[in-house]
Amino acid sequence: MRAFEYTSPTTRQQAVELLAGSWDQSAVLAGGTDLLSLMKDDVVAPKRVVNIKDIRELHGVRFGPRGMQIGALTSLGELADHPLVRQHYPAFGDAVVEAASQQIRNMATLGGNICQRPRCWYFRSGFGLTPKTPEGKSLVEEGDNRYHAILGNDGAALFVSPSSIVPAMIAYGARIRIAGPKGAREVALEKFFVIPRTESEREHDLRPNEIVTDVFLPPPAAGRYAHYEVRQKESFDWPLVLAAVALQMNGNTVRSAKVVMGYVAPVPWVSEEAAQALVGKTVTEQTAQAAGEAAVSQAKPLSRNRYKVQLARVAVKRAILQAAQGKAEGGAA
Amino acid sequence: MADDDEKTSSGVSRREFLKISGIAAAVPLVAPQMVEAAGEKVPVYGPGKAPMSFTINGKRYSAQLEPRVTLLDALRDQFDLTGSKRVCDRAECGACTVLLNNKPVYACTVLAIEAQHQPITTIESLSQGGKLHPIQAAFVQHDAQQCGFCTPGFVMACKSFLDQHPHATEEQIRYHLNGNLCRCGTYKGIREVIAQMSGTKGA
Amino acid sequence: MAEYKWPAPAERTLIGKRISRVDGAVKVSGHAKYSYDYNPKGLLFGKVLRCPHAHARVTSIDTSAAEKMAGIKAVQIVQKPGTEVLWQGDDIVAVAAVDEPTAEDAIRAIQVKYEVLPHNVSDAEPPAGAGEGPAGPMTEDDLENALGNQVPDAQVISDLQKRGVTFQVTDDMTKELKGYGVSDAVINALKAAAYHPEAASQPRSPYQKMAAQTQGDPDKGFASAEVTSEGVYGAPVITHCCLETHGSAAEWPSSDHLLVHCSTQGVSGLPDQYAQALKIPAGNVRAHQDHIGGGFGSKFSPDRWGIATAQLSKSAGGKPVKYMLERDSELMTAGARPSAYARVKVAAKGDGTLVAWQSDSWGTGGPAGAGSPPLPYVFEIPNQRKQHTAVRTNQGPARAWRAPNHPQAAVITMCALDDLAHKLNMDPVEFFAKNLDMTGPRAPIYKEELPLAAELMGWKQKWHPRGDKSEGPIKRGVGLSMHTWGGRGHASNCLLSIHPDGSVDIKMGSQDLGTGTRTAILIVAADSLGIPMNAITLNIGDTMYPPDGGSGGSTTIGGVSSSTRRAALMALDQLFAKVAPALKAQPADLEARDGTVRVKSEPSRSLSWKQACAKLGAMPLSVTGKNPGPGNLINSGVGGVGMADVSVDTETGIVKVNKMVAVQDCGLVINLKTAESQCYGALIMGISYALYEEKVLDPVTGRMLNPNMEFYRLAGLRDIPELMVHMMTDPLNENRGVIGLGEPPVISPGAAISNAVANAIGVRVPFLPLTPDRVLAALEQQQKAGA
Repeated sequence: MRAFEYTSPTTRQQAVELLAGSWDQSAVLAGGTDLLSLMKDDVVAPKRVVNIKDIRELHGVRFGPRGMQIGALTSLGELADHPLVRQHYPAFGDAVVEAASQQIRNMATLGGNICQRPRCWYFRSGFGLTPKTPEGKSLVEEGDNRYHAILGNDGAALFVSPSSIVPAMIAYGARIRIAGPKGAREVALEKFFVIPRTESEREHDLRPNEIVTDVFLPPPAAGRYAHYEVRQKESFDWPLVLAAVALQMNGNTVRSAKVVMGYVAPVPWVSEEAAQALVGKTVTEQTAQAAGEAAVSQAKPLSRNRYKVQLARVAVKRAILQAAQGKAEGGAA
Repeated sequence: MADDDEKTSSGVSRREFLKISGIAAAVPLVAPQMVEAAGEKVPVYGPGKAPMSFTINGKRYSAQLEPRVTLLDALRDQFDLTGSKRVCDRAECGACTVLLNNKPVYACTVLAIEAQHQPITTIESLSQGGKLHPIQAAFVQHDAQQCGFCTPGFVMACKSFLDQHPHATEEQIRYHLNGNLCRCGTYKGIREVIAQMSGTKGA
Repeated sequence: MAEYKWPAPAERTLIGKRISRVDGAVKVSGHAKYSYDYNPKGLLFGKVLRCPHAHARVTSIDTSAAEKMAGIKAVQIVQKPGTEVLWQGDDIVAVAAVDEPTAEDAIRAIQVKYEVLPHNVSDAEPPAGAGEGPAGPMTEDDLENALGNQVPDAQVISDLQKRGVTFQVTDDMTKELKGYGVSDAVINALKAAAYHPEAASQPRSPYQKMAAQTQGDPDKGFASAEVTSEGVYGAPVITHCCLETHGSAAEWPSSDHLLVHCSTQGVSGLPDQYAQALKIPAGNVRAHQDHIGGGFGSKFSPDRWGIATAQLSKSAGGKPVKYMLERDSELMTAGARPSAYARVKVAAKGDGTLVAWQSDSWGTGGPAGAGSPPLPYVFEIPNQRKQHTAVRTNQGPARAWRAPNHPQAAVITMCALDDLAHKLNMDPVEFFAKNLDMTGPRAPIYKEELPLAAELMGWKQKWHPRGDKSEGPIKRGVGLSMHTWGGRGHASNCLLSIHPDGSVDIKMGSQDLGTGTRTAILIVAADSLGIPMNAITLNIGDTMYPPDGGSGGSTTIGGVSSSTRRAALMALDQLFAKVAPALKAQPADLEARDGTVRVKSEPSRSLSWKQACAKLGAMPLSVTGKNPGPGNLINSGVGGVGMADVSVDTETGIVKVNKMVAVQDCGLVINLKTAESQCYGALIMGISYALYEEKVLDPVTGRMLNPNMEFYRLAGLRDIPELMVHMMTDPLNENRGVIGLGEPPVISPGAAISNAVANAIGVRVPFLPLTPDRVLAALEQQQKAGA
């Protein structure tokens, strides 16, 4: 790790002012589970590290008629154990519990989970988000892309979005609040993630001197939710593919649906095709299968990741079936 | 917007910012810079060494460390508490598990500077006066170790887990003790340790 | 003279029981000191600049900026400009600094320029016709690579004789080689090698085809067969991933005396290796190690970084310098198990009797290629034709990995046999049983083990013809494999002293890899002397103690148990001679039991151990027991059976192991508890390499893509199913003496799991690890074939 200077502000205003205007000057330290590895691997080398854990107002969970407000520094462990999370947002709770080991859950924060950098092994080896061969070809396309994107991969970015919790949060309609030098702004979590076109862009809509301060989950609408991961190891492991779904029902018929896939694209991938395939249908093995097919209808696998198309198809199908089988949840708290 | 980013509203100019960020090897100890942010003075430490103090196993320790030193390296290299092992150094294997505020964390991925003012518990505290903690005794009895390099981390993870789940079920064990890896393959013994401990506690 | 044999079963108070390891407490408490934990005052920290390219030539090195940095105490160039680097992560420059961050900064300040050369990291099947004929004459690089990568002398000599050289062998060159410790035999072969200057400019093939081997009449064999099965099988390069990385701390107590704390599987073997490189007498090198955090075959040498550490210390005025590999360097450079693949044709008569085998195998062990695995494995099929091609790659150097070449051989052979059983419509257990007479001297043990393993697995209830026909995507199946190993005890010297005050101490240059060596030595000594284990002080892990063999190849338990037993019996002989007059008996009539020395026929005529030892007078008695030697304490040759029960999700290709069984003989078991732990650990390691492990090399950059513990996956607690281990401890086996156990049980799991997957889903997944992409691809092939 390269040397850096360290500061630990106690208010969000101090934090944003201590952050610099460019990524190589400063970095936000929350749980540290991603940042420290990136720094040890010399993928990032900030000159100043701003620890935001001492900002008390960024901790904690509040629940009311307007839904759940989660401070960005709330640890995954607090969320996993939180009775209101389990009660009102069980698919989100499942995703949090599955996300990591007990040690990571104690360290990692929800904000950090949202802002973590891709696990792409070329990125982690220092080749950047859109790595190129000396001849200017895509290193991912030419190289080993077994874990890379099958959707949203028309451009230079072929990594996959790394959070295993964000898809479930998007299924619940999460929004996030971001503090910056000019004050706060709020965005739908779904819109926060962007596919970088060049090496100078990032995979999310955050500026170097901004911090994510809060996550809002709207009051759970009556509906059915599920989170399903395909993972090679049952133990702590990165998923190969995952799906989160939210179904709003009209009796036995799906009134509206949200289908979000993780690890398939450079952003959490919301599949309109899959949602459309479900609307107006009763959930059966066949309709779930059809939705799975629809979810991957636009998939363009790379040389070594065709299997992920099948995994995505199955993850979507199983998440839908799991949601439909689970008891209806939500409604007024 | 890029222009706005060029200067911070704290009044620290970009040039000054870069100056205080200048890096040299083996930098001598300096007092923290006081940087103004949001109308208040905020201390900025490093990149050279800064005085730090810790409460480890109930005892006070202090050292001069650069901010980039991890808690694990401070424990091992500064305080000779070498029971916590450095294996992956990337929050993947659990061999460095210590309790920070009574919760298990990977010491390799916590900066020492941020672990000040919080109680730190390491494997060295578990056996007092040569007497093993019951979990440690169970590790020996069930031969839940071979080379032993992952063992201290596993003991810490198990202890914390059992403190939180005194009547742990097999499923909970499989679920929660995933943050530690062993290469020799001692998981069977470790499962027996937990089963015995949660059983006796439950009795 | 005592007769060297093991006590009769009724007389064993400790041997063969379940005894907790004696170093358990110090390990669980975190107080055990590993080389990584050596932390003396004034310790300097080493770091190594490593080559980022898989194949390159160092063109220049500029260390001037690093040398000027505050806190830097020494800089050592490990590989000079001009050196050809053959794998990513090879050592170029080492530094020592007052702390680790400073050392890291210095590494970043060093400028190294490389000429990047074309690399090959693929161990895919050699193209048809590749590597025909013998490889051309050896270049200087070939020779350097062979010598630098621990290719056995015999192979180097044979290559020199067969291939000749492309360069002129000068006296200066041979002198230099001798200085590096190259043996006279190799130097003589080099001098005698044919000179082929014209070959120097010819392009070289990465494929080295070994001579074909034929036994019996394979053509006739295949012609006589009624059922023939063909397939391709294999296992990739995997790494050792020792949790304690390779490395050492070195210091110079005086200008020509070196002290090293090195993480090693062979303490006694280190001084000579350091001495050759550092040009000091081996007797001036002291190596010490209390505990080691895993080796698995990869830790026998000080390695380039270890020598550099010693040189750094010397440059820093002898101050201690510690350098342990980072996790990524460990996975990139510190050892890899060679890959092995084969196209196999195997045939049997209609009743299942094996008649013929043919294999075209290939694999890589990095720059030095790789030898052939022992094919066909376990079964001596009467008619055979075998051809092996070694693939030279820039994957990084190979090292012995727990049971070198055997797990690969098991995958290739046992999976091919399982496919043949399927074609024969036979239950594999019956098919294997049918052919057990081809397994040589271990046939009787296999005949006992196979039904026993089947019983423990519940094979009869679980086995079905290929392809689980039940509803739903989850398919279940069972599979089996068999294995063999030698495991004869290595050279060992046990210096045992009995003091007049009754205390006993033992000094041995051996090491405990976590297999329980300390405990085993104390069990043997205590059982032999009739005193409790804690009455004996054991000192191991230092070159100050009598030399002992390296702990590799399952040779330690045989070595140390034999030398210790002999030392104890020799010591008792001498003690009895001193004690006999006091008991008014002949020495031969005495025995040491229950803390006493007593008359065998009249146990009440006795002296306590302490009283007996007091008869020694002023001087302690000291004896050295040696292994090997005459007698019947140890043996070699074991057989074992492994079985697996798996579930496969055919929609995702995820494999889950439900149960594993190991039935294993290893002669006389010294400590049942740690012996069983070896087997449980081997099953777990087996699950890991069967399902997860693979050293992934990038075809474009030649770099390792998963040099971490996130994508170099090891099985975790939650991935481990029910495990059953049965040790064959009946008198017939025990009477064979002590045999090593470390390697054997790790051999079968890969093949057994692969066979269980084939049984579950009805199709072979050819290569390990059995990852979702491979499983789904096999299912897709099956569907296409069926359509």
